[in-house]
Amino acid sequence: MIGEKKHNAHAEAMEIRPTNMENKAQLTEIEMRAIDHEISLVPYKKAAVIEALKIVQKQRRWISDQSVEAIANYLEMSAAEVDSVATFYNLIFRKPVGKHVILLCDSISCYVMGYGKIYQALQNRLDIQFGQTTKDNLFTLLPNACLGCCDHAPALMIDEDLYEDVKDEQLDKILESYK
Amino acid sequence: MKAAKFFLRKMIVHQNQNSEPKTHNCELFEMEQPLTKNIAQGKTLSLKDYEQVGGYSALRKILKSNSPQEVQQIVKDSGLKGRGGAGFSTGLKWSLVPMDDKAVHPKYLICNADEMEPGTFKDRLLLEGNPHQLIEGMILAAYAINADISYVFLRWAYRKAAEIIEQSISEAHAAGYLGKNILGSGWSLEMYLHTGVGRYICGEETALLNALEGKRATPRAKPPFPTVSGLYGKPTIVNNVETLSCLPHIINNGADWFKKLSISEDSGTKLYGVSGKVKRPGIWELPLGTTMREIIEDYAGGMVNGYRLKGALPGGASTDFLTEQHLDIKMDYKDVAAAGSRLGTGTIVVMDDKTCPVGFVHNLQHFFAQESCGWCTPCREGLPWVEKILLGLEKGKGSMEDMELLHMHTQYLGPGNTYCALAPGAMEPLQSALKYFKDDFIQHIEKHKCPYEG
Repeated sequence: MIGEKKHNAHAEAMEIRPTNMENKAQLTEIEMRAIDHEISLVPYKKAAVIEALKIVQKQRRWISDQSVEAIANYLEMSAAEVDSVATFYNLIFRKPVGKHVILLCDSISCYVMGYGKIYQALQNRLDIQFGQTTKDNLFTLLPNACLGCCDHAPALMIDEDLYEDVKDEQLDKILESYK
Repeated sequence: MKAAKFFLRKMIVHQNQNSEPKTHNCELFEMEQPLTKNIAQGKTLSLKDYEQVGGYSALRKILKSNSPQEVQQIVKDSGLKGRGGAGFSTGLKWSLVPMDDKAVHPKYLICNADEMEPGTFKDRLLLEGNPHQLIEGMILAAYAINADISYVFLRWAYRKAAEIIEQSISEAHAAGYLGKNILGSGWSLEMYLHTGVGRYICGEETALLNALEGKRATPRAKPPFPTVSGLYGKPTIVNNVETLSCLPHIINNGADWFKKLSISEDSGTKLYGVSGKVKRPGIWELPLGTTMREIIEDYAGGMVNGYRLKGALPGGASTDFLTEQHLDIKMDYKDVAAAGSRLGTGTIVVMDDKTCPVGFVHNLQHFFAQESCGWCTPCREGLPWVEKILLGLEKGKGSMEDMELLHMHTQYLGPGNTYCALAPGAMEPLQSALKYFKDDFIQHIEKHKCPYEG
């Protein structure tokens, strides 16, 4: 059954495995199986490139030049073409990121409701600014466009978790839970 | 949100030529909330529960008794307008899809769930709370245009919704509402979830198509329109989550019923939201045409103590400011446009009197500049320039020449001069801020600092 097959390949690829694969210019079996499924749903191979980037990033944390090469070879595209797509989308990381990615909303409602204070508090605690990773490689801090919960601003995400109505006092506990 | 029927006091304010309120009539108006009445806080309505409140009965009905053209006519008659921000007639858009025997297949029906307009948070409620309402709506729309394949294009950040939608599509498939030969009708439809990887421009219809095709999400020139040449060059309809969610109710209850839901020429209900320094930021389903005052003061509880409303963006970041003088306008497509703004998404961003308008607009332009896809010169070069000027003004380093430059940009980045509507949208809050808050801008220049600081 198509649904089941997709679920299994998809589920496999969505489990993060700590690997040293990030710099291998060759896709793994798991990556290839998941990408094959995506290819089966589109009229031509390179239409699956964004899905391929998502799959490989889930496995390897970020997209290295070698990962770009690996995807390019598999989808029969040029590395430049893959890179042009990868660098367009802000949630595809073309630089290494820490174990956890903090996305702090810096859009208008969070601006009015004080995201600036939360940003300052995060800078104080983590000793990093937007775009940087903590020395222990635990957190990367990035701004993100409106997270869509403006009635509970300010808001942030850490990996796939959403935090709403964020207050300075809560940050220690929130960050601690990721250590 | 579980509602029995609400009664909404309808104030009719008659204004004489001097705009002084003359007479007030109160009418009791019974309010229905079809989109949200089955949504419980923090819960997702299951397939079974959705069926119990009439879910998928609209689908059963049309498969038995209505041709695609008849469904199109019902939706056209209902007056449903796109809820994604553009407000275009849904039935009219559908009618532009070729339906004859020579029409090219596969045809596509796409749900635009890339909600990323700052200040907008309405689609999230529908996606998380009643996914099957959306799915049924999508199937109805797909049937109306004889589509073969459908997608939900969902922004990455809505992780909970992604899980819910994926699950719901499987459930609908298992129940026979999707797949081959739906309910024995002979018509087949596949549905897939696609999650994005960021970028606001993916919410632009044609950029979304490019993103689905695995490309950079730059918009496309129109014509050709997606209705004729869309995803992979095939006839495609892209509709917003809220628009599609209205469809099962329109089919079940009829076009006239939908018209009567509103207190405006425009039909139906609308999800209205408020964010900013109000007592109760939130989201409410109300008759289309409810006044801005009612939404902000009655539902959102008015401003937090110590703050006054200085300005408000009625429909998200890319709409013109309205001010106190506009509070009694109807929040519908026509009246908001007549007041010089746009209904947009209907989620209001309130700017209080202690927030600096220059800083507020700078935040908006930072967003728009960052989200420019880079394809056309006015947007790619103009928006960062505007952002830089506003930052300079905010820091007290601006000059009167900057006012000229900002004004020039509102013209050069206006509608018709750019490849898509992103830059014109960015200019809406800027041009209205220059109109209504000019004094604040001048003060920054004359005092060489932001007067709101400290």
